[in-house]
Amino acid sequence: MTYEERLQHVTVLGAAGKMGSGILLLTAVEMADLSLKPENKGKSFVLNAVDVSDEALSGVMKYLRAQVLKIAEKKAVALRKVYADNKNLIENYDIIDQYVFDVLSLVRPTTRLEAAFDSRMIFEAIKEDPALKVSIFSGISSSNPYNPWFFTNTSSIPITELDEKAGLEGRIIGFHFYNPPAVQKLVEVIKSKNTLKEVEEFALAYAKNLRKVVVPSNDVAGFIGNGHFMRDIIHATGEVNRLSNDFPFAEGVYIINKISQDYLIRPMGIFQLIDYVGVDVCSYIMSVMNPNLKDEYLHSPMLDKYLSLGIKGGQYADGSQKDGILKYEKGKPIAVFDIEKEAYVTFADIQQEADDRLGPMPSAPAWKSVVANPLRESILQSYFTELKGYHGLGAELAKAYALKSCAIGKKLVSDGVAFNEKDVNTVLLTGFFHAYGPINNYLD
Amino acid sequence: MKNLRRKVYMVAGYNTIAMGTGRKEFSPKKERPGLEEYMKEAGQGVLKQIGGAQNVDECVIGNFMASRFNKQANLAAFFPFIDPGLHGKPATRVEGACCSGGLALMTGIRSILAETAEVVLVMGVEVQNTVKAIYGADILAGAGWFKKRKEGHAYFFPGQFSNRAGAYFEKYGRQKTMNAFAVWFQNAIENARLCPTAQEYHNTIGDLQACALTEPNGKAFVDNLNVYCCSKVSDGASAIAIVSEEGLQRCGIAKGDAVEVTGWGHAVDDITQDAADPSELSTTKLAVSNALKSAGITIHKIGTAEIHDCFTIAGVMAVEAMGLAEKGKGADYILEGHTSRTGDFPINTTGGLIGWGHPTGGTGVHQAITIWEQLTGKAGANQIEIKSEKPYGLSVNMGGDDKTLVSIVYKKAE
Repeated sequence: MTYEERLQHVTVLGAAGKMGSGILLLTAVEMADLSLKPENKGKSFVLNAVDVSDEALSGVMKYLRAQVLKIAEKKAVALRKVYADNKNLIENYDIIDQYVFDVLSLVRPTTRLEAAFDSRMIFEAIKEDPALKVSIFSGISSSNPYNPWFFTNTSSIPITELDEKAGLEGRIIGFHFYNPPAVQKLVEVIKSKNTLKEVEEFALAYAKNLRKVVVPSNDVAGFIGNGHFMRDIIHATGEVNRLSNDFPFAEGVYIINKISQDYLIRPMGIFQLIDYVGVDVCSYIMSVMNPNLKDEYLHSPMLDKYLSLGIKGGQYADGSQKDGILKYEKGKPIAVFDIEKEAYVTFADIQQEADDRLGPMPSAPAWKSVVANPLRESILQSYFTELKGYHGLGAELAKAYALKSCAIGKKLVSDGVAFNEKDVNTVLLTGFFHAYGPINNYLD
Repeated sequence: MKNLRRKVYMVAGYNTIAMGTGRKEFSPKKERPGLEEYMKEAGQGVLKQIGGAQNVDECVIGNFMASRFNKQANLAAFFPFIDPGLHGKPATRVEGACCSGGLALMTGIRSILAETAEVVLVMGVEVQNTVKAIYGADILAGAGWFKKRKEGHAYFFPGQFSNRAGAYFEKYGRQKTMNAFAVWFQNAIENARLCPTAQEYHNTIGDLQACALTEPNGKAFVDNLNVYCCSKVSDGASAIAIVSEEGLQRCGIAKGDAVEVTGWGHAVDDITQDAADPSELSTTKLAVSNALKSAGITIHKIGTAEIHDCFTIAGVMAVEAMGLAEKGKGADYILEGHTSRTGDFPINTTGGLIGWGHPTGGTGVHQAITIWEQLTGKAGANQIEIKSEKPYGLSVNMGGDDKTLVSIVYKKAE
């Protein structure tokens, strides 16, 4: 079966979710582009969008339409050539409209899992629940005569476990997009012990056509991205705990969020990132990773406490940030939820005192001004050299944080999760938009 | 041309801001002033300087595509909205693509010469940021022959001029010409930075030439031009009064505050035909030559010119069409610095279409206003020295791909 034949009948499971809708979008566009090639005229292309609720599926169709329109507007130059033979499509408007129609025409939203029984390719982005995934995969596999391939978006469950328990005999690969899939360049590709060579080849070709950066990760729970992120969380919450001897709880959260963002020149602070992903999701990922970890137990009592108080974070359907550990105004954090007081404490009330106690801060450049700067390397080098010379509380916390992040990265390599240090850095650079990789020698 | 039966003057110009990307106030997500607000501001700006609406005999408005950008036609009937004192007076809307402003000027000039008016309020307007650039390209493509739209580029006019640039590169060399584009861009931005109404007034790019030398990317845009070679999408209106001697007196304006129109060239070419030689602007050449002939002067008497640089390549070819340089030597002429504000033939002293902005239907009128300001010493920070041996100004306004041309010669009134 060729690449194109494989993509003629596809199902996305969990298509209305945050990750699934992005995967649906990218796959729909890739399939439509194939269908519009002259040699594929007359061939049918079907993309099932499967999810549990009709309501959510109707929402995802709206999302799809808006996103495909944007994509079409961006590639109008190329689309004029694609539709050159259609005399009725004259203006850009006509062409863009037709393209949106052609992409959406492939997509069949449905709540029936049976739709996947005819598919050659299954993308899965459902709940991070090993038993559920196994049961769905084996169900489809036993009812589908085409020996379909399974591309799972799991960020934490070992692929070999899914492969063996669902009896897929290597027709599975981990294809882990980052959130949001339509924007993030990174895909972690994880083979099970038995992943077929042709499945891997297809995965790489598909990633290339989607213009994604592929980082291979070993089949160890959490892979590279969450392997770093979850341990980063453990460090951060541990630091808040340690600070609680000297600071009110809310100030501790404010401080570590500030250290991880401003001092370390990251796009968002660690607690904002937890809210972005969802407190519940982070906690759940740890619990999924734990059974597969030796000599290590990932667990944050602080996250448990937040969850017991109903503080979850996450995003609204339109992608805007829900309040979580932090409270947001126009997407910016303005307050922190105080576990002790069970109420939000505004930054304005604690900022001055906390900042004073952090001591003098080196002149950290804003993440935004560094991340795409051609002089990035020298800016960072000189910033961290300056940071080394500072010895206030803030500077010390920042140095400890950076060194811990570096150690976590190195451990991912020594544990055999990542093949090399460069891959760890690539994941943090492209999947987390960091301005520099955690494994560096800035503080040596 | 026969001697004019009476003198024609221009006075009291007014430009709104040229609004669009690059201006700090501009945000595509925020609501912005519409067509009405721009017309009102520019119209009232002139009326204030000429003693009010009661002094106006007639109004003309140039506009290209409000019917599509703003779903609005019948623009002449907006004059009483600008000022109720214009109610019941004659008003006309004219259209000639990006030369609509030039056609409005010509219509005003002819009314004065026909002695049917002593004071004509002339305006040009376009509000284009109502749609994304990719759809704006469709609308602007109306300046070409619609039957050729299908075979054209997604960005139709950048595509047309990219083809011209390609032909020019092949004949006269690519690198030298691109270097000239970069100098043209630098001059445009540096002049615009002096002019508070210019779209590029807030431009902070450090190395302008390096930026302008960005390699064109045909996959995302066009083959031979980058975005710095192109004028931007602008909203704006410009207005000026065209008056007779009697009109000047009626408005209480001293001659020294006016420019006299001493000649013009107005020419069109067949829109259905491709340029015989894409490396030259033959209709521009004809219009400028007619303008100079009718004014009885040579190009060497011109102290400053406003040129229709919708694209840098149009600037290079216009320099040749005006007779400042031989064919193929336009790039050298620009590289030698003649066209900068300190050169011996300053061009586009408030930034031109690339620097000041290009609200298509308004551009021709904006050009006249810049010349009026320069010749009467009202150009503020943009003021250049007008030497006594070169007392004339020249404007060249182009519609479509060298299809509709208006070129006007001006001199400070005496």
